Amino acid sequence: MAKSEERLTKQDLIRRSPWLWEIPVSHRSDMRVPVRLFADDKLVESALEDASLVQAVNAATLPGLVSHVTVMPDVHQGYGFPIGGVAATRLPDGVISPGAIGYDINCGVRLLASDLTAGEVEDKMGDLASALYANCPSGVGVKGSVPLSSKELDRVCRQGSRWAEHNGFAETGDLEATEEDGRIDGADPGTVSPRARERGRPQLGTLGAGNHFIEVDVVDRVFHSDAADAMGLRQGALVVQIHCGSRGFGHQVCSDYVRELQAVVGRYGIRLPDRELVCAPLSSPEGRRYLSAMACAANYAFANRQILSQHVRRSFAQTLGERRGGWLTQVYDIAHNMGKIEDHTIEGEVLRVCVHRKGATRAFGPGFEGLPPRYRALGQPVLVPGSMGTASWVLLGTQGSMALAFGSTCHGAGRRMSRHQAKRTVRGDRLRQDLEAQGVRVRAGSLPGLAEEAPTAYKDVDAVVEVVVGAGIAAKVARLRPVAVVKG
Amino acid sequence: MSELCLVAASAMLAACGALPLQGPSAVRRVDLRADDREGLLVAWLEEILYTLEVHHRLPTRIEVSVSEQLELTGRWTEAPLGQIEKPIKAVTYNDLAVRESQTGLEATIVFDV
Repeated sequence: MAKSEERLTKQDLIRRSPWLWEIPVSHRSDMRVPVRLFADDKLVESALEDASLVQAVNAATLPGLVSHVTVMPDVHQGYGFPIGGVAATRLPDGVISPGAIGYDINCGVRLLASDLTAGEVEDKMGDLASALYANCPSGVGVKGSVPLSSKELDRVCRQGSRWAEHNGFAETGDLEATEEDGRIDGADPGTVSPRARERGRPQLGTLGAGNHFIEVDVVDRVFHSDAADAMGLRQGALVVQIHCGSRGFGHQVCSDYVRELQAVVGRYGIRLPDRELVCAPLSSPEGRRYLSAMACAANYAFANRQILSQHVRRSFAQTLGERRGGWLTQVYDIAHNMGKIEDHTIEGEVLRVCVHRKGATRAFGPGFEGLPPRYRALGQPVLVPGSMGTASWVLLGTQGSMALAFGSTCHGAGRRMSRHQAKRTVRGDRLRQDLEAQGVRVRAGSLPGLAEEAPTAYKDVDAVVEVVVGAGIAAKVARLRPVAVVKG
Repeated sequence: MSELCLVAASAMLAACGALPLQGPSAVRRVDLRADDREGLLVAWLEEILYTLEVHHRLPTRIEVSVSEQLELTGRWTEAPLGQIEKPIKAVTYNDLAVRESQTGLEATIVFDV
């Protein structure tokens, strides 16, 4: 039996609360910490349908883990480490695992708010969708509008969104409303391979393919008026989500280090149940090099979303008039594939750890000094895109997320069908017709690609959000409803 | 192992639906080495993906030879890349396996798409 065909059953789980389940450390002899899954009765069944919980158990064998491995309700099977998984390893001797961060390093979401209502632009929504599709290059391997010299790529790696700002791709307030101000420390372009550089140089300012998208939404309902006011979200107003990451650059960084670490993992005496979990101690030369290369890719992704934001603003200006483009203000930009060095209180002790979040969003609670002043008393904005054609959510990080999940929460709806399954059951042209009939304009480069992202291929994002809110690891701010989607 | 690498390359190109354009062809040679069969297979397939994405060239006539010391020598004729129906972004180590069977070597390879 292939490892991906192994399954746990509900009997392997202990229910700790209506929203929390545990796989105890006694489940398998090589586990170092338990696995804790946030889910309701239906979502736990869904998590058991694929290998995601076996992957979480595998992750629980990594050296240097603290407390537990967290699994979010939108979990699904990934490569080695589940998508929707969070694991924290203690510095200096805990490990860093590229596979527990993912191929698309700093894949994330950005939200821009406007004070336009859907009604005001209804007759131009189709033109707006077309302008977004024309101005935001999409598709795998596609070249962007900002080709980089090798020196400029180095600057992007080191400066992230600051590079974009220096080159005219930012508005006032954008960087402040970005995780880490759009720049991760410690990026050394010398740790990035020539191949990653070749893949990265032509792709900055591109959306990519797969589940990446630009979506125009309407604020459907506000749940937390103070937070919505601080974010500039008004019921009935249009907003824009941008979901993408570090493109071929990040993929190559991950591929390079997954391969490189295969050769050294044994030297550190580490035995792994899955080679995709390959890792090295954070204090080792190889671990430090990966962390530095990951920072380069993360900064590339921040710059990428920053440039796409300007393409979105240009699309609004072209369609709705010059003033309109200036009315898109940044709510927040947050990563959901990242390894971060953070301090967390674990059983009363403050520990410096590397938090691996793969398909999980940082969700720091009120009081975090790294937040813009307008959010500091509220908590960090969390952006949770749903599946295409369904709702998305704006949430807040909470004290509960700090206490229970290393300051993390869910990142989306979570797949329930593989891409292959989705293509077998959904026709792209029919899906586009259905979405258009529901009032969602669709611009997509590939109909099979569209079918892969059909809403039926995903879990119910509203149910996912009810779990994280019920468990106290996020709070609701607003629900968004899509009116236009652009995909590669 | 030589045949497995050849078949895996053909299968990957078929899976992503890559088609050539008319145009000048060229010959490329690849030399690789790995500590194990699985690692060699990943490295070999990554070479082909890189050629597709960065050079926009499609390997057509592929020859590959692997020594007992796991040293691979590959050679292919490549044409300009036309279209790719389903691009592959990475070759993963997830569930990666090379095993003996009654008919020769078999491999399981999972691609990131």
